[in-house]
Amino acid sequence: MKKIEVLGPGCNNCQRLETNAREAVALTGVEAEIIKVTDYGQIMAYGIMSTPGLVIDGKVVSYGRIPSPGDIAAWLSK
Amino acid sequence: MTTLDLRPARGIHVPLKLTVGVAVVAWLVAWFSEAPLSDWLTFSVLGLQRGSHFGEAIAFFLLDVPKVLLLLLGIITVVTLIRSFFPPERVRAALAGRGRLAGTTAAASFGIVTPFCSCSAVPLFIGFVEAGIPLGVTFAFLISSPMVNEVALVLLWGLFGPGIALVYMAAGLTVAIVGGLVIGKLKMERYVEDYVWALQGKGGTVVAIQLTWADRIHDAWAYTKDLVRRILPYLLIGIGIGALIHGYAPTELVAAIGGRSNPFAVPIVVLIALPLYSNAAGTIPIVQALLGKGMPLGTTLAFMMAITAISLPEFIILRRVIRWQLIAVFAAVVTIGILCIGYLFNFLIA
Repeated sequence: MKKIEVLGPGCNNCQRLETNAREAVALTGVEAEIIKVTDYGQIMAYGIMSTPGLVIDGKVVSYGRIPSPGDIAAWLSK
Repeated sequence: MTTLDLRPARGIHVPLKLTVGVAVVAWLVAWFSEAPLSDWLTFSVLGLQRGSHFGEAIAFFLLDVPKVLLLLLGIITVVTLIRSFFPPERVRAALAGRGRLAGTTAAASFGIVTPFCSCSAVPLFIGFVEAGIPLGVTFAFLISSPMVNEVALVLLWGLFGPGIALVYMAAGLTVAIVGGLVIGKLKMERYVEDYVWALQGKGGTVVAIQLTWADRIHDAWAYTKDLVRRILPYLLIGIGIGALIHGYAPTELVAAIGGRSNPFAVPIVVLIALPLYSNAAGTIPIVQALLGKGMPLGTTLAFMMAITAISLPEFIILRRVIRWQLIAVFAAVVTIGILCIGYLFNFLIA
């Protein structure tokens, strides 16, 4: 099962990223759990300074922008 | 299993260059037809009198709203595109390990090109501290970022010409650099929350993400639409106030409060500006109106800087990483810097 982490304090952009991630999961049919990370310590550990960030299975795929469900789906199917 | 192209079609597949080309042409057409159109609308269609308070106020409003909107749409898109090449993660790498003066100057300069979304203020602050960047350097960045806002710069350029825009940028950079150096000297490290120091050295470094031009342009336009939507209320209020000032404020009143004859003009306008907050874009119409009424440049600049640089919403967000004493020092240093700039420019442009 894929682990998708949405990094950010929870502002609008983070919410939008989470929505897009859920859509991507629905699009691909991949089994995935989506976790929201709001703790700054954990966000820092990934080296991200511009939220929202997206991490799939421990690898940072995006930060500082909101990728579309299509983009996220493409990463999920790699 | 067959490979699926899972990227949803972005509407009809129009080549990117065509879309961008059409957008640029449309913008230019709107830009050049806008002034005569508004003039015609106010004085011919609505039949208002030139020179009347109401007529002038409406004319200002109708002229400014489309002009500022066009400028914003164009500027924010272009600037966001440029900014996509300067993510804070890269800025941090560039700032770590520099000497005080070089680092402070670099940080203040980067503040101009780096986006300042309030929700990023905290991770940004933590990120800088974590990388071992001195507190003063971090503050130089925090001062210049909201104040020397690229949107404000290009709006100023578009409305008043390059001279004033460059002056504002120089003034803002000076306040940021001097402010950063001063805060650095005050050794206020203990007023940063402990957990931030605990994170030092614990951060990771991200791999730079490759973005295509299509990505960048889509991001820039999405960001522009969102930002304009968010600052529209401030903008309309700003233009409304500007229109009122332009149409109704007696020049004598503006001269009495903010004019050259009043030696306390600068502190007074800064005091008025302190509790106000607006995105820099919203202040431009007010600045326009005040300059039109004869307020000296230094005083007007001080007013504009005080509105954008000192903001309670930003302080409340920063409270998550720094204590009130340091926030107070931050506010005080910036205010004093702004006061100095105000007096200096009034003196220089006598």
